[in-house]
Amino acid sequence: MSDAVALQRRVSGNARGLWRDAWQRLRRDRVVLLAMGLIVVIALMAIVGPAFSPYADDTLDWQHMAVSPGWQASHWFGTDRLGRDLFIRSLHGVRISLLISLLASAVSLVIGVTWGVVAGYVGGRTDEWMMRFVDVLYSLPYLFIVIILTTLFQRGSLTVLLIAIGAVGWLTTARIVRGQTLGLKRREFVEAARATGVGVPGILIRHIVPNLIGSVAVYATLTIPQMIMFESFLSFLGLGVQEPLASLGSLINDGAQEMQSAPWMLLVPAVFLVSLLVCFNLVGDGLRDALDPRDR
Amino acid sequence: MGFVMHSIRATADTEGSVLQLDNLNVTFSTPDGEVAAVRDVSLTVARGECIGVVGESGAGKSQAFLAPMGLLASNARVSGHARFGAVDLIGLRGPALDRVRGARIGMVFQDPMTSLTPHIAVGDQVAEPMVRHLKVSWSEARARALALLQRVQVTDAPRRMMQYPHELSGGMRQRVMIAIALACDPDILIADEPTTALDVTIQAQILALLAQLKRERGMGMVLITHDLGAVAGVADRVAVMRGGRIIELGSVGIVMKTPRHAYTQALLRAMPRMDGPVADDAAGAGKADDAALTISRLSVRFPVYRGWFARSEVLRAVDEVSLDLRAGEALGVVGESGCGKSTLARAALLLLRPSSGQVVWMGRPLEGLSTRELKPLRRELQIVFQDPLASLDPRMTIGEIVAEPLLIHRPELNSQGRAHAVADMLTRVGIAPDWVNRYPHELSGGQCQRIGIARAMILKPRLLVCDEPVSALDVSIQEQVVALLADLKREYGMCILFVSHNLAVVRRLCDRVVVLYLGRMMELARAEELYHRPLHPYTHNLLEAVPIPDPDLQPARLTHVRAGEPPSPLNPPSGCVYRTRCPHAIEICRERVPQWQDAGQSRWVACHRFQELTHQS
Repeated sequence: MSDAVALQRRVSGNARGLWRDAWQRLRRDRVVLLAMGLIVVIALMAIVGPAFSPYADDTLDWQHMAVSPGWQASHWFGTDRLGRDLFIRSLHGVRISLLISLLASAVSLVIGVTWGVVAGYVGGRTDEWMMRFVDVLYSLPYLFIVIILTTLFQRGSLTVLLIAIGAVGWLTTARIVRGQTLGLKRREFVEAARATGVGVPGILIRHIVPNLIGSVAVYATLTIPQMIMFESFLSFLGLGVQEPLASLGSLINDGAQEMQSAPWMLLVPAVFLVSLLVCFNLVGDGLRDALDPRDR
Repeated sequence: MGFVMHSIRATADTEGSVLQLDNLNVTFSTPDGEVAAVRDVSLTVARGECIGVVGESGAGKSQAFLAPMGLLASNARVSGHARFGAVDLIGLRGPALDRVRGARIGMVFQDPMTSLTPHIAVGDQVAEPMVRHLKVSWSEARARALALLQRVQVTDAPRRMMQYPHELSGGMRQRVMIAIALACDPDILIADEPTTALDVTIQAQILALLAQLKRERGMGMVLITHDLGAVAGVADRVAVMRGGRIIELGSVGIVMKTPRHAYTQALLRAMPRMDGPVADDAAGAGKADDAALTISRLSVRFPVYRGWFARSEVLRAVDEVSLDLRAGEALGVVGESGCGKSTLARAALLLLRPSSGQVVWMGRPLEGLSTRELKPLRRELQIVFQDPLASLDPRMTIGEIVAEPLLIHRPELNSQGRAHAVADMLTRVGIAPDWVNRYPHELSGGQCQRIGIARAMILKPRLLVCDEPVSALDVSIQEQVVALLADLKREYGMCILFVSHNLAVVRRLCDRVVVLYLGRMMELARAEELYHRPLHPYTHNLLEAVPIPDPDLQPARLTHVRAGEPPSPLNPPSGCVYRTRCPHAIEICRERVPQWQDAGQSRWVACHRFQELTHQS
């Protein structure tokens, strides 16, 4: 097939970087575009939406407690038992879920990439120790860590939650990055850099990391929904965000208790959660396809 | 000049024809529009005839024959006809196509590792097409498979039947592929670059095998290759392809002796010859006797891990090699794959730490220096790699790639100074300086290699190590790159350590040549002497295996190709490592390691019997 590749390569004389290539593929993928659009819409709503509403997230509407969705008193998506507007609470929940998951992904990405690149490139004993450390962290039941952290420190603090999620999140990134680095460091262009006298930091920053970005970006977009999920899970268990703050998880927990009498209390936050998760996963998959050079 | 057709036989004699391509067109639809890969190809393959299809990569030679097999990529569109007996293969699908391919048309691909299924024993892979197409029982098929493997000269065939592809050498794997292709006694065998991934010696063996099979089975054969030497030995007719068209077609003797199309003439000219005079690039240099680089008793050993409880073995990749490279000299290092030549090249630059021995550069021992101490010296010692694309960082523009050494070694330059230096160097290696913003994947292999050379040369090094710099390139591009290296050497006066398995290319550039086998030195001599009067039997074997693009000589050369493959470097033979393949081996060769001895006229050789052997011949 190399003939065909050479031919096609020769014809495409115009400059095309990997990202521009990927963007062109992404643009043709309608589903991914739709998913990205929806994420943007939900995020925008979560950021600016509450400002336009007559209700705050902790406003109690004594006249309308536990009303079902409809046109009464402009609680279109209904209220919870205490008469708080579900739509606004869900938007606040999205805000917190997105904030925590984005921050946690960023933290885990930075730690994970640094850790993995160093372990993979330096190799030998260092690699052995660094990866055994990861293994040990992996084998600790993370729920215990979170419970211990939340009991040691203030319960429901966002910082603690962030640390707890981030502490677990970077492990997989580190493993993936290490594996990729092991492959990359044997490539001839890295050897060429060594032959020129480029030092280890230079090789890592200039040659290894840029070549990892593709797969890391894909992994990161797939991590965000995991983080949202994890945060919701902790909040669902009551270990996460505390009243009056809400996250999607705690809202779902509240709703689940009224599931039979007032199903909308479960459904409204659940729809937000599910659409966010599905959209992020679709974008992640789409990005992976777009960056995959095999299809070129 | 248009299409050139020679001789009477070139016209289609339809009775004897097995495969007849009629106005075959293949186009690919790509994001950048339609690309025509094959245009109006018409060709007839007769029974008992071998057609060599020659051309550079991208000429459409593979596509023209993948099309009738229904093996093209999904974005391909095919028009025209491919008549095989009574059926037209174009447009044939599903079971109807499956009845033909693998049964009546056999196919051999370039890379025998990727075209064999990794998890099935090779015996079963040979037997499977017989079970499928000939409806014989598995035991019957296995019996026939064994006979076939023996026919294609797989050594120790009964044991090999049970082995998996990764346990076989490249040459053995390609034999297995040929056995699979022959399993159902096909009417035609299509071999797509069957020897390109193999060593010279193994190449010759496979070509000799194909020539024998063609004679013995009377089937049609298509040999797709970029190597005119391969065609000269096996083919009856040659089709030269360029840009998807056949531009010259005729009997091998006529096309190769009196090519009429300018492109065919250029291809033949580009082919480095073993029998012509040594190019003047090689002569002259190396008069100064002061050694620039001295390697003494250098060994590189790798531990090979054999599981938890087994003792790890030691692989001696390079074993006690001593060399010196004089200022302004080009020294060739040749040998089969696994002989340690690339390891030697890397150890000479301290990219790999030698296990023992010394490397002295300009009177300064290098092997004890730390990475930091080596850094200023890296400016003088540069390397060009084998795979032109893999050696360039895919995320950097070619401007950034060529400028990187300047960032490290000439920090005093500002960005403008760097841009100037890069532009000058790019112009020097024949790349337009306004390409600085392009990425490596937009360039062809030859252009990528020029970038690799520009990166190595931008610091004006005094030693350039070239590790198989042209092996991945087309023949005509090879010639251009070697010419560029020769020019640069004349201009900058650096010395070159040129590692290659291709003896013809080495001859074109090098003053002296050293031959390695299983990590040890076999022979060292001035180039013209080594090629005209090899002292070591191994050198002799290597030289005989190099194909000559001369249809009068090459078939005869193929008839006395020597069998045998290098033994595992993990378990080298006692005494002289070459004795297991040497036709002149005697008792002493088993018992004692031959001395590295002076054979006069600054020639060195490691052979017990070289004196008597040279007297005989």
